Amino acid sequence: MTSPSSVSKSISKSMTMGEAGLASGLAVFAFVSLLGMAMGHDAAFSFHAALACAASLISVVVIGNRYLDRPAELPPAEINGRPNYYLGPIKFASAMAMFWGIAGFTVGLIIAMQLAWPALNFDLPWTTFGRLRPLHTSAVIFAFGGNVLIATSFYVVQKTCRTRLAGDLAPWFVVVGYNFFILIAGTGYLLGVTQSKEYAEPEWYADLWLTIVWVTYLLVFLMTLVKRKEPHIFVANWFYLAFIITIAVLHLGNNPALPVSFLGSKSYIAWGGVQDAMFQWWYGHNAVGFFLTAGFLAIMYYFIPKRAERPIYSYRLSIIHFWALIFLYIWAGPHHLHYTALPDWAQTLGMTFSIMLWMPSWGGMINGLMTLSGAWDKLRTDPVLRMMVVSVAFYGMSTFEGPMMSIKVVNSLSHYTDWTIGHVHSGALGWVGFVSFGALYCLIPWLWNRQLYSLKLVNWHFWISTIGIVLYISAMWVSGILQGLMWRAYTSLGFLEYSFIESVEAMHPFYIIRAAGGALFLAGALIMAFNLWMTVNAGRASETEGAAALQPAE
Amino acid sequence: MSFWNRHKIFEKNSIILIAGILVVIAIGGLVEITPLFYLKSTIEAVDGVRPYTPLELAGRNIYVREGCYLCHSQMIRPLRDEVERYGHYSLAAESMYDHPFQWGSKRTGPDLARVGGKYSDDWHVTHLINPRSIVPQSVMPGYPALAKTELDPSDVAAHLRTNRAVGVPYTDEQIANAAADLKAQTDPDGAGSDAFQKRYPKAVVRNFDGKPGNPTELDALIAYLQMLGTLVDFKLYNEKANLR
Repeated sequence: MTSPSSVSKSISKSMTMGEAGLASGLAVFAFVSLLGMAMGHDAAFSFHAALACAASLISVVVIGNRYLDRPAELPPAEINGRPNYYLGPIKFASAMAMFWGIAGFTVGLIIAMQLAWPALNFDLPWTTFGRLRPLHTSAVIFAFGGNVLIATSFYVVQKTCRTRLAGDLAPWFVVVGYNFFILIAGTGYLLGVTQSKEYAEPEWYADLWLTIVWVTYLLVFLMTLVKRKEPHIFVANWFYLAFIITIAVLHLGNNPALPVSFLGSKSYIAWGGVQDAMFQWWYGHNAVGFFLTAGFLAIMYYFIPKRAERPIYSYRLSIIHFWALIFLYIWAGPHHLHYTALPDWAQTLGMTFSIMLWMPSWGGMINGLMTLSGAWDKLRTDPVLRMMVVSVAFYGMSTFEGPMMSIKVVNSLSHYTDWTIGHVHSGALGWVGFVSFGALYCLIPWLWNRQLYSLKLVNWHFWISTIGIVLYISAMWVSGILQGLMWRAYTSLGFLEYSFIESVEAMHPFYIIRAAGGALFLAGALIMAFNLWMTVNAGRASETEGAAALQPAE
Repeated sequence: MSFWNRHKIFEKNSIILIAGILVVIAIGGLVEITPLFYLKSTIEAVDGVRPYTPLELAGRNIYVREGCYLCHSQMIRPLRDEVERYGHYSLAAESMYDHPFQWGSKRTGPDLARVGGKYSDDWHVTHLINPRSIVPQSVMPGYPALAKTELDPSDVAAHLRTNRAVGVPYTDEQIANAAADLKAQTDPDGAGSDAFQKRYPKAVVRNFDGKPGNPTELDALIAYLQMLGTLVDFKLYNEKANLR
């Protein structure tokens, strides 16, 4: 697949193996998808095949155009002895993160309001709570969080290895392919395509696609590590690596399924009953442990020292808490199944390791917070740093609350109630949300070589969102504990005091407060989107050259 | 060489770091999951649990599709209040043919593990179409579309066959008659009713949605809800024999 160079250059221009291979692979895939669309057994499958066909064709055209527009030689790995960092895919992923963040928070607000005012379900199949809730969780965890993780990991691994990202099209394949997975998953939920495993709802074909994308992600990250110019692998990269590998293992373990037809969306999962439950929560809790914790700890380990201009507090603590965290987290899954038909020995193991997990979690928190030693004054002047530091504080809070809730007696009250929802959101909004916001406030100006448009708006974002989180989690604490107590309340004559529906009725005011908290959090994110938009499109050029290479903190 | 120096092998070699991570994350999962596949005590020995009828399976798939599990658990814990509110605590055996499991993790609505037989079919018809017409404080969405959508009998056999491939003991006869059984379960006076009941002993044959004609999604979902938790006869269940 060579073509004579149209540009008058001495060397002839030809497609790389990657360009030719990916373009022809996608062309074949477009054809296969076309067949799938025509022969699909259900409308959702045909719709997804049509999307795949269109996306593949567009990608082929884009790859072709990119080839025609580019000079004969690929961008050099170094310019004047300095790494020529690959920023395009990172820009794409960070923009998508902001987009999906707004989308995910909005759907969250909608379903929160549906619980307060059920008429908002509109009783149409694709607008009910049951279909929108997975859309919300996937949009915030995998679409928003995932894009933040991919963007920051690609940035951090280049900077701390002082080398250009491995691959030419591969990083683009990762970011675009991942977002295509999100599109398939999200539209699938609305159409009722789900395998009902929480946080692993996408059906078999979306899972297969994600597997391909994820392996490419691992390879890009790993090959960049391999060709690093630094002798040591920086601590943030350990966490990114653990996150990428473990998510791959979890994804493969939890999702083996047999489709009813290879031309239909429905499949049956290989595992059944109690084993399926154990696999699911082994996966589910470690989606928290590795996607929402290890990955974002990597962000903490790069962005907080960088922003505070201080080295990481303790190198030894980072070693201990890294290995302890990834070892212990894997065991914690059964605490989602306390007092269920899962055998007691497994429940006890889950509880024991969950409690132990408190320690490495706080190891990470201490390492993050103490990195500010000597720079605490910056919290007053830099709202971005404040956001990240508060995120670490929320991390500490929810990693105390989690082990506490994993104790069986506590869990007998908290399980099945809104307390769990509150706990998740103190972690998700406070920790994952804020550390992501902080990272994006750093990353966007660095990527586009601009100064942040307005620190004042960051300050507004910080306070509005913080108030939103406080409203959210305190409403859920009260409603959750109230629910748990009402369910187990007895009259003096020994009868159950409340019917179930009375506990539903009692939740109403708290559901309104929760929705208000969510609305504030969304408002904060909208301010952020405006701020970042203005930074890119109307911002002043950065004073210091963004190319100044970073020293990995030791 | 100090401990901290030894750690350098991980910091300087990405492949060794990967190997280390894989070993460390494998242990917990292996210890907690593998025994569940070979320890006999994991699933109690119980009479009565059978694979779902084609209609119940179709209903279960609707339950999955609509995300019912996001608000309703199907797992009664052995706590005094739960047993009094919902019935005997759930056994692992009761969900052994469930691919995937539907234990749930949240009770925005009540547990449904033993909802079968608790309300009439009429109640379910009204409640599923408009929950607040019968429970004014409910926050559940209405599902009017279920009553209007007929089930597609063409791929029922394929569904049963797929279930058999992942371990549900459907017989050849059950698979061969799947499409007919789908309809037979909603038609008590029909010709296939007796043969159906031979294939699925004690399964209930009723016109669940109360409307004549082909079975609808509402038929299927109600058939599923009405059988939940009814398979094991707890008067005969020997708790002592299954102590774990």
